[in-house]
Amino acid sequence: MTALRRHRALTKIWASESGWRRWFSTVNHSDLGLMFMCVSVFHFLVAGVLAMLIRAQLASPRSAFMGADVYNQVFTMHGTLMMFLFAIPMFEGLTIYLLPKLLGSRDLAFPRLTAYGFWCYVFGGSMLIFALIAGIAPDSGWFMYPPLSSTLGSPGINPDFWLIGITFVEISAISAAVEIVVTVLRYRAPGMTLAKMPIYAWYALITAMMILTGFPPLILGSILLELERAFGLPFFQVAEGGDSLLWQHLFWLFGHPEVYIIFLPAAGVISTILPVMARTTLLGYGWIVAAAASLGVLSFGLWVHHMFTTGIPHLSLAFFSAASTLVAVPTAVQIFAWIGTLTKGRPELHMPLRWILAFFATFVIGGLTGVMVAVVPFDWQAHDTHFIVAHLHYVLVGGFVFPMLAALYYWLPHITGRKQFFRLGETAFWLVTLGFHVTFLAMHWVGLLGQRRRTETYDPGQGWEAINLISSIGGFVMAIGFALVIVDVVVNAAVAIRGRRNPWRAGTMEWAMPTPAPAYNFASLMPVDSREPLHADSSLPLRMARGEGYLGEARNGLRETLAVAISTGRPEYLVILPGNTMLPISMAFVTGFFFLGLLIKVYWLVPLAAVGVIALALRWVWGLGSRQDQGPQEVGRGLSLPPVSEVADPPGWWGMLFLLLADATLFGSLLFGYAFLWTVAPNWPPPAWMQPDPALLAIAAAAVLGPLGLRLAQGALARGRGLGAGLGLAALGLIAALLAAGLVLLHLPAPQTHAYDATVWVLMGYSLVHCGVGLLMTGQMAARRVAGFLSPARRGELRIVQLWVDYATLTALLSLAAAVLPGVLS
Amino acid sequence: MHPAGPAAQHIATLWWVMLAGAVAIFVFTMLLLALAFRKRRDEERAEQGREGLWLAGLGLAFPLTVLGALLVYGLVIGERLMPRDHPDRVTVSAEARQWEWRFGYADRPGHATTGLLHIPAGQPVDVEITSVDVIHGFWVPRLAGKLDAIPGHVNILRIEAWEPGDYAGVSGEFSGAGYREHRFTVRAHDAAGWTAFLEGTE
Repeated sequence: MTALRRHRALTKIWASESGWRRWFSTVNHSDLGLMFMCVSVFHFLVAGVLAMLIRAQLASPRSAFMGADVYNQVFTMHGTLMMFLFAIPMFEGLTIYLLPKLLGSRDLAFPRLTAYGFWCYVFGGSMLIFALIAGIAPDSGWFMYPPLSSTLGSPGINPDFWLIGITFVEISAISAAVEIVVTVLRYRAPGMTLAKMPIYAWYALITAMMILTGFPPLILGSILLELERAFGLPFFQVAEGGDSLLWQHLFWLFGHPEVYIIFLPAAGVISTILPVMARTTLLGYGWIVAAAASLGVLSFGLWVHHMFTTGIPHLSLAFFSAASTLVAVPTAVQIFAWIGTLTKGRPELHMPLRWILAFFATFVIGGLTGVMVAVVPFDWQAHDTHFIVAHLHYVLVGGFVFPMLAALYYWLPHITGRKQFFRLGETAFWLVTLGFHVTFLAMHWVGLLGQRRRTETYDPGQGWEAINLISSIGGFVMAIGFALVIVDVVVNAAVAIRGRRNPWRAGTMEWAMPTPAPAYNFASLMPVDSREPLHADSSLPLRMARGEGYLGEARNGLRETLAVAISTGRPEYLVILPGNTMLPISMAFVTGFFFLGLLIKVYWLVPLAAVGVIALALRWVWGLGSRQDQGPQEVGRGLSLPPVSEVADPPGWWGMLFLLLADATLFGSLLFGYAFLWTVAPNWPPPAWMQPDPALLAIAAAAVLGPLGLRLAQGALARGRGLGAGLGLAALGLIAALLAAGLVLLHLPAPQTHAYDATVWVLMGYSLVHCGVGLLMTGQMAARRVAGFLSPARRGELRIVQLWVDYATLTALLSLAAAVLPGVLS
Repeated sequence: MHPAGPAAQHIATLWWVMLAGAVAIFVFTMLLLALAFRKRRDEERAEQGREGLWLAGLGLAFPLTVLGALLVYGLVIGERLMPRDHPDRVTVSAEARQWEWRFGYADRPGHATTGLLHIPAGQPVDVEITSVDVIHGFWVPRLAGKLDAIPGHVNILRIEAWEPGDYAGVSGEFSGAGYREHRFTVRAHDAAGWTAFLEGTE
């Protein structure tokens, strides 16, 4: 088979549909990555226009352009859009586009999940954009502190858009994170060990793990606050045993890791591009991986530094102050590793490197002012002034936007297959960087003079007028620069001449394919044993196109790729990926009705939509797997591997494991919140504790039948026997857990009575949902056994269900224990 | 920043020290970056790309030293700002609501003022801060840093004014539509004025 015929045959199998349907049914990672990035740029532009409104308002004192009500919506939405709808989705989009290409694989682990996440992002984002246009946008700050954001301070619908819209969007962050982790661990080129991975894959892995552990506290906080707003459960109302500080803990438990979730992908981009621009290798690969990982861990110990002014005891202030300054160390390791890389190489000043230099000049300042505000006494003065606004823009624009522009100029030839021809980008570069520094250097100063953030105007005569005017002019220059970047990119993407492959002479795998990327990425999967495979073997692209690697034959119309062992990269099994389908967009649409029902308080819509999501989810998984044993399959180069349906740990098992990690973080945050209220909130104890009665304990004990039954079923399946007994026992166990939670709810006073009752109510609700889903899964296993999807060889999916039921049972028992613990102690 | 009391003075000094250090570190880093672009022979380049120098030296040892020193300095200043026992200490209370401040006085029970806080000059004053609705912040920039007013909690801030006079105070935590106009004044009295205030004969 010639390379051209192989290309045609593979394209026929892997291509998205043609015409308008393509945008709705594609599951291809290149398509979805680009769609993600385009939508996130749209949100960046909207948020940028809001920033210009802010600067227009503040350009002169006593400006009558906006009143406080409009101004509050504008700055709240500017922050919200930039953080949640631009920065995080931009990381997801870039990684979804790049990751399989960098790793030498054909697609991500769960292509339909990529599409589902994308559509959740689009629908959730449009809720917020609608609120903005309708003038009912959230207006209590992007941090949404209750009681201001609760019914007391905001009786209108505004905060509901934030709580519900953002939670909807976070589905995409969690699903992308699960997908990225499983892809990095299992979907690499054959032979690529973890230590041979391109550096960006390490950053993506660490960032995704941080999303899985950093976002759940925010999701939990949003759920609790929405429950308070909609149904009066008093988690944050001090009179009924709540505490507004609980929100601040949950929010910053998310919010600080968030800063590094934004910075780390940008650092990954720099670590990838900078050595190529300097024609050398990265200095200290191992050091950088260690630094990124320790940033990931340390960033979870810093959240309190956003709360230095809330009256935290001096000793904990000292601890968190130390942790906050310590986090500068791994950042310094990376900065000096990059400067060292430049020093040992021969830097060539192309556009990507220019933007990286802009990063250095900006981010270092942001880091230094960051150390300043980590010193508590100084923070007491600077907190909530424009000094902080300037600091965070130096960190986020310098540490994310500039590196993303480097990425844009670096990978644009890959995306378009064209060469940069027009030179508008250089003018744009100077407008953006100079405009930026004028705007925000001035802002530090006016902040030190005492101008508070979130005030819609100021009085003349305090020496602020000239500084604010300069800052606004800088802002407009920067905006013109960004507009020019977009013109530059569009023009170069649309009409520039075709470029040659690998224009930067880079060594990583994404340049081993024709550009724009074919739908299947690589015509065959070549073994890799170097961090720069293209430098180690320059004939690699040709040999891949000739089909010399694994899976070089297009066969049976199936989308085939390989899964490898986590550490060694040895090929382990053959994966068949799903093809084009409208299922993800349909499911996201129905999910949207679930959130819409909550938002507009049409509560009958909510269970209806939930049933719809469950039905679609059952359909989603029904098509997976195989009805017969196939045995090992040829994958080329003389190797035979088992198909995915006949292994014990299919990708779905790993996906479930990491999903449960996020779920467990949510549950842990709930227990943390409970303990926090119990020990810190005024107005405890509640009127009455829940008392454990023997009947409840007996029913709860029966819940262990769930995990037990599934283990019996597992054993029976291995021996080819019937699953009825095992699955039946498991169902009994789950029903017992449901009953126990129901009994507690029956005995509980109304959840509006006290924060304790509200918390127990949420714990029981959590159990009901998880055990209910477990019951559905158990029933589905029975149906799939009857339909012939399970056999002694095909046991993987039963193990996935077992994982879920183990988790559901464990958390149900922990919830019951937590509910009755204070009653037992007192 | 024009400090008018010991707390604000300490913080202002801290700021100037940190600014000087930050400028020095920034210039140093940019210099290293610029040096990477000068022309050299290949052997020189290889020689200059040692991991020990860049990572262990500049990446680890350098920031650890600087940050360690800064941390100790910050903690010492933090200790000085603590509301410690003092023979002349005066206690007042500040209760925030949308969008008003009410002040009470331990030495003149039953008396309350709105929007105007009376204190004696030259004496440490502990302000017991709380809120009855949403979160607010108590901030008199020329006297001290800010501390939040949180419903259900009482936070104590130590302030002191060297000279008698009026000092502008603002709320330091976003609280909705009336946030900008949520202000108050701190009036520091001389000894005679403070006695008169306590006796209600001002």
